[in-house]
Amino acid sequence: MGEDRFPVTRLSAIVAASSSNQEERSRAFEVLVSAYWMPVYKYVRIKWNKPSEDARDLTQGFFAQAIEKNFFARFDPSKAKFRTFLRTCLDGFVANENKAAARKKRGGDATILSLDFDGAEEQLRIAAPPAPDSIDEYFDREWARSVFSLALEGFRGEMISAGKETHLRLFERHVLDAEDGAPKPSYKALATDFKLSTTDVTNYLATARREFRRIVLEKLRELTATDDEFRREARALLGVDPQ
Amino acid sequence: MRWLSDNAVDRLRQEADLPDLGGSKYLVLHKLGSGGMGTVYLAQDVDLGRKVAVKVMNIADQSGALASRMMREARIVALLEHPSIVPIHDVGTLEDGRVFYAMKLVQGGRLDQRLGDGSSLYDMLRIFQKVCEAVAFAHARGVIHRDLKPENVMVGPFGEVLVMDWGVAKVLSAGDAKEESISDGERSELKALEDADLIATLPLVQAQPGDTSGGTVIGTPAYMPPEQASGQTELLDERSDVFSLGAILYFLLTSDPPYGSRGAAEAGKSAEHPVHPRQIDRKIPKAVEAICLKAMSERRQDRYANAAEIAGDVVRFLDGNPVSAYRENVFEKAGRWLNKNRFIVLLILAYLIMRLIVFFSVGR
Repeated sequence: MGEDRFPVTRLSAIVAASSSNQEERSRAFEVLVSAYWMPVYKYVRIKWNKPSEDARDLTQGFFAQAIEKNFFARFDPSKAKFRTFLRTCLDGFVANENKAAARKKRGGDATILSLDFDGAEEQLRIAAPPAPDSIDEYFDREWARSVFSLALEGFRGEMISAGKETHLRLFERHVLDAEDGAPKPSYKALATDFKLSTTDVTNYLATARREFRRIVLEKLRELTATDDEFRREARALLGVDPQ
Repeated sequence: MRWLSDNAVDRLRQEADLPDLGGSKYLVLHKLGSGGMGTVYLAQDVDLGRKVAVKVMNIADQSGALASRMMREARIVALLEHPSIVPIHDVGTLEDGRVFYAMKLVQGGRLDQRLGDGSSLYDMLRIFQKVCEAVAFAHARGVIHRDLKPENVMVGPFGEVLVMDWGVAKVLSAGDAKEESISDGERSELKALEDADLIATLPLVQAQPGDTSGGTVIGTPAYMPPEQASGQTELLDERSDVFSLGAILYFLLTSDPPYGSRGAAEAGKSAEHPVHPRQIDRKIPKAVEAICLKAMSERRQDRYANAAEIAGDVVRFLDGNPVSAYRENVFEKAGRWLNKNRFIVLLILAYLIMRLIVFFSVGR
């Protein structure tokens, strides 16, 4: 019997971001940027009301400075969640940039990270803008979206390399393909469409669900600094009441 | 990277949160609902090919105490074979340490969710009577529930009533037991489990008002008798359940628990008493109010002795008979008699009117 609801399978990228090993540090920043750039960009666009070009530069600049000055190493997990820390740093950074009004000198023109800002703009266009008094919740929601998107990408890769395309397609049909607000297709309907028995559908989905859950938790493990923060984030993200 | 809509994120979140019952004979289908202690899922028993409800605790069971407590609940429920008590099929532990149990799938809704659905007072009293009868059955077997509340009562589509969540039930000692109670062997076995698990040592008041939670708390203040809320565990007996039944009746009559979410013990500190149901709604019959208030008496000796007694009074009221909790005056007696024998009275009146008509017709 496991003693822990959440298995520890990967090292924290936040911890690795302060490593003395350059390679480890680079890999850690890559993980953090992949999870946070989209929430950061949207947050800057909406909270700071920046036009797209400025928001792109500020997002690039923020992560560039984080890497250069290694300010993620200053994170103290006993005081706040990493997400809150990062948002506070971001607010400070944008405020300073506004004051200095010297964005171009910061190296804003030099693109250091390859990020899909056009995709982010498209998302902003589709989604309803958040209420002015719920920007913090908006950032959290975007962060959750980012974690699930990354986990889904990882899940797809793993299922394909394991030769479990049917599991993957079933999972996507059952969970993602239904229109917003429409009910999920029943196991019976899936069985007919995939020419499987209902029992097989149930088993395949159980396996896919288990894998997806594992990958979400691995991703969370990477994005949190301590076991405690990991547990809290997992409970918040997966909807389980805190202990 | 594919953009996920808010709905897609929610659906993925739900999928990731479904418990992994790999290694057991159950396959989770979807979530049915969640409470303070755990979440209930619809699952398929692959061996028997039937649908069951699986309740998974929200916290990992690091000491094994929760597993033993749930095993104990399963065994108590197994001893209480009654149509209004849901049987537990199986107890197990997930890979991640959370404990689960599988029970009969109950269709229907919780009693607290039935309020405002147009049910009449008499419908509610019939349901309440069945709750009392299920608890009376447990009392007769020497078991008290200790966490009776509307949320722990399910009402099926055909009016069937099920009393749920026997996780904190207590087996009374042999001296208190009735003739039909469980055997001495069973009792000593269950008592041993009780002594070994959390129940004997945990506080009896929960941290968050309104619901039992976290596995570290027993009972719900809003429906809990004062002796239970103040931790006087040695005083707990059938009358403690009777208090909770009275509080449930109060809720059915007024739509609120008698002392809000604070409970009787907290209210007792400021000598506060619940507003009488008839002060809230004058249409509530005096006899029903009296049953409710007698069950909720602060002094244990003033309450009904057990659930069978309160069930008896409810049945008497429903049958149009006098109840033990209320002394009627002569007018009330006459009114009740007339109400009970309405059909005969109407028949006699019709007969008399006919006779009068005939009398006057012939006389003319």
